[in-house]
Amino acid sequence: MKILYFAWLRERVGTGAEEVAPPTTVATVGQLVDWLKARGGGHARALADPSLVRVAVNQEYVTLNHPVQPGDEIAFFPPVTGG
Amino acid sequence: MIRVQREDFDIGRELEALTTGNRSVGGVCAFVGLVRDIAGDQAIRAMTLEHYPAMTEKALAQIEAEAKARWPLEATLVIHRYGRLEPGDRIVLVATASAHRQAAFEACHFLIDWLKTKAPFWKLEDTADGAQWVDARAADGAAAARWLDPKAPAAPGKAAE
Repeated sequence: MKILYFAWLRERVGTGAEEVAPPTTVATVGQLVDWLKARGGGHARALADPSLVRVAVNQEYVTLNHPVQPGDEIAFFPPVTGG
Repeated sequence: MIRVQREDFDIGRELEALTTGNRSVGGVCAFVGLVRDIAGDQAIRAMTLEHYPAMTEKALAQIEAEAKARWPLEATLVIHRYGRLEPGDRIVLVATASAHRQAAFEACHFLIDWLKTKAPFWKLEDTADGAQWVDARAADGAAAARWLDPKAPAAPGKAAE
């Protein structure tokens, strides 16, 4: 699956996009977050406070219990500040 | 219509084009967002707007569709810029056209309130202390949430016509 990061999450992770292949036990957004955080470093810092992270799967806002599967595009970003 | 672009826009030309040829329009309401030169107590030298291209137009189209479902609109326009902007530069234009002013006013207000909390844009301000990401404001969330309450005075535009 393709993971995207925006704004300060991108800066903390150190990249704006990456391909990952988590184990099949990672079935939801919440499990994906835990798996990414377990990689430590920038991922752990970027995803440390879930209240500051918004998630979109295939360009639609979702919550942590939303399913994820191979081929999905999953984006993590802070609350939006456009307009 | 939704446009996400780096370039500036001409407000007069856009508003003119919105209603050209449509004699059913009785009123147009427009909101223009600009880059301020100060945030809190810090001077802003410039601002960079980042966005999520694949999602931005999709999210804006959903917001536009919601406005059209709630109010009797003849035309809508949202133009949002990205990239580096300086104080005084235009960021966003929201315009609505309807037979009557109430729907145009309310739908315009709704569009900018929802855009601010749903469209995936992020502002990075360039200050004397360095670059700082703008935090989302609780007031923006409250302004958007107001439109979720069916009892809110401004929301039921169609019924109030």
